[in-house]
Amino acid sequence: MNAATATGYNFAYLDEQSKRMIRRAILKGVAIPGYQVPFGGREMPLPHGWGTGGMQVTASVIGEADRLKVIDQGADDTTNAVSIRRFFASTAGVETTEQTADATLIQTRHRIPERALQENQILIYQVPIPEPLRFIEPRESETRKMHALSEYGAMQVKLYEDVARFGHIATSYDYPVMVNGRYMMDPSPIPKFDNPKMDMMPALQLFGAGFEKRIYAVPPYTKVESLDFDDYPFEVQSWEENCSICGSNHSFLDEVIIDDAGSKMFVCSDTDYCRERVAQQENPA
Amino acid sequence: MSMIETTMINVSGVEKSFTLHNQGGASFEVLNNASLQVQAGECVVLHGQSGAGKSTFLKALYANYSVNEGSIVLRDGEQRVDITSALPRRIIALRRQTLGYVSQFLRVIPRVPTLEVVMQPLLDLGVEREICEAKAKELLSRLNVPERLWHLAPSTFSGGEQQRVNIARGFIVDYPILLLDEPTASLDANNRRVVVELIREAKQRGAAIVGIFHDEDIRDAVADRLVDIKAI
Amino acid sequence: MSNAAAQLQPNEGEWQDIEPLLSVRDINKFYAPGKGCGNINFDLYPGEVLGIVGESGSGKSTLLSCLSARLTPDSGQVIYNSEQFGAMDLYACEESQRRVLMRSEWGIVHQHARDGLRMNVSAGANIGERLMAVGERHYGEIREKAAEWLQAVEIDTGRIDDRPSQFSGGMQQRLQIARNLVTHPNLIFMDEPTGGLDVSVQAKLLDLLRNLVSRLGLSVIIVTHDLAVARLLAHRLMVMRRGEVVETGLTDQVLDDPQHPYTQLLVSSILQN
Repeated sequence: MNAATATGYNFAYLDEQSKRMIRRAILKGVAIPGYQVPFGGREMPLPHGWGTGGMQVTASVIGEADRLKVIDQGADDTTNAVSIRRFFASTAGVETTEQTADATLIQTRHRIPERALQENQILIYQVPIPEPLRFIEPRESETRKMHALSEYGAMQVKLYEDVARFGHIATSYDYPVMVNGRYMMDPSPIPKFDNPKMDMMPALQLFGAGFEKRIYAVPPYTKVESLDFDDYPFEVQSWEENCSICGSNHSFLDEVIIDDAGSKMFVCSDTDYCRERVAQQENPA
Repeated sequence: MSMIETTMINVSGVEKSFTLHNQGGASFEVLNNASLQVQAGECVVLHGQSGAGKSTFLKALYANYSVNEGSIVLRDGEQRVDITSALPRRIIALRRQTLGYVSQFLRVIPRVPTLEVVMQPLLDLGVEREICEAKAKELLSRLNVPERLWHLAPSTFSGGEQQRVNIARGFIVDYPILLLDEPTASLDANNRRVVVELIREAKQRGAAIVGIFHDEDIRDAVADRLVDIKAI
Repeated sequence: MSNAAAQLQPNEGEWQDIEPLLSVRDINKFYAPGKGCGNINFDLYPGEVLGIVGESGSGKSTLLSCLSARLTPDSGQVIYNSEQFGAMDLYACEESQRRVLMRSEWGIVHQHARDGLRMNVSAGANIGERLMAVGERHYGEIREKAAEWLQAVEIDTGRIDDRPSQFSGGMQQRLQIARNLVTHPNLIFMDEPTGGLDVSVQAKLLDLLRNLVSRLGLSVIIVTHDLAVARLLAHRLMVMRRGEVVETGLTDQVLDDPQHPYTQLLVSSILQN
């Protein structure tokens, strides 16, 4: 532990019993990919909706040797990301980093880093609504049955409505996926651009929903398929523009309004990726 | 062909009484040991005073009324069916292709157009729509239902028009057994003649017919046998 | 007396060979004495339309729920002859099988359309859902079938993307029927399908139902307190009172020549026009 560690708190804030309970839920989630495991969610010193689910998962898997990266919408420097990173730096005394390649743990809200993740990394998602079927079936008793019996036809209704209304599958975030050919899963509100990255990812993916007290997981190298129609196959977003900073033509771009006249520019949403590309262009190795 | 084989209707020992449970359990007997045989191609006309049980007898032949005793065996193709004990679905099949019933009252869904009302029984047998429609139009023309009414629902028609629509509906299928419950009541002479023709044509193709007609002219024109309901 | 106990004629062999679609044996479900239904026995054959009539509280809706695998009876058996699973005892089989039946071989038309429709998705999606539930994954085909069924129930196909909440009561009811029929079920359960509709709308719905039932050869169990509806749609009737069947038989026979005191009372209570 380094000197900056706050005193009076257990390692990574949560008590050991709570962490063990959460680890058991995580293990169950890993054993049943895509299945939502209920867990006894603890109060964290942050309001629900700020990533308390992800933080509890992080707190339960983090070790002294870990290096933590936290992103929010792809950026390391937003309030939420900074707060969480500082929280673990002070309660666990771990090293933090903004570089995807250096991190062993990455807690994320709404993005998967552009750089491909590796076997020694764990990606932890903050999840607001873990139940993908809720929009069509509000009863929890019924959605559990639908999961248990693999009754996922109703899920297509969401896509049907999109095509009927917009002529294409307009859902661009929170795009439902089928995990390991068995469980329908809500990937949290990541852009569907990131969905293909989940498929056969070498890193372990953990999902924590603090408000609804659910944990689920996608083990490394697990099949993750995005739903679609035979005649309207799954497609990811693409941009005509390139990133104004690094020139990337293959990453997820944010549209930024730069003046009152409505002028705009497009930049990589993954700030670390963008920075890395710029550095490479300036000093080609 | 022997007589036995052409027997279409064989009623034997039928008893029918009504018990009105909500009126002090009053019970009265309408049919007592009634028996009747009707051959193919034969038209039997029932007569007797009002309330003597003619209509009750006819309704029992259609299985519309149940009976307390006796049997009513109808010939359905190669089979004989005792409708006093047959399963409901057997009777429905019998009514669909073998047993026709024409009363003076039209009972249909209010908004269905006349032409549809008339051709429905034939359509239900799986006959092609064009054939059904042609036959329905022919019958409606013969019964002097004006063409402008064909595509309207009969619920708004006059009593006489409704009655003729009902007759057309009753004759659209060539039922081997036809039961006629005063279909001509209150028709004008012209249309009565048409109905007489229809009945004769049915007889010619071998239908066994049991009817009730108050009008003596019609009775004489179609009846092979006149049977007193009290004597059967 | 009832025709349920009627003996088959020896020469009706071929009629005896047909297997019932649904066999109901000694069904009992009581919430309290006299509340529920009991001692229910009957067979439903393919293509038959059975009407269950009786006043409110006579147990007819409870019975319908028991028959359609939505309410476990206290005792008794409901055997359904399934295309996919063969003869199955509804309350002894897996719940997953019952649920498969409900979205494939069965249809349930509720009295209140909102119980049977998804009010927050379009008419097309409402019809398409059952297709997608049985594995259909081609949008174009799903949409085409949805449009066909809208037409079949006389709803303008231009309304395919409207939500049911924008429809009139009669249209909602017809949409519910389309949603049920799209997977070509064998057996439809209907609970007061014309209840709460205007008389003119009722007539249209009845005509539609009658045509669909006869064209598709559907087997139907329909619960209604409206004897006129029963007369138009049902081949045979079961009259219920205080949870028990008091009379059963051919529809017009039961209505025109009722035997049981209660049926006589029921029939004589209708206003004649």
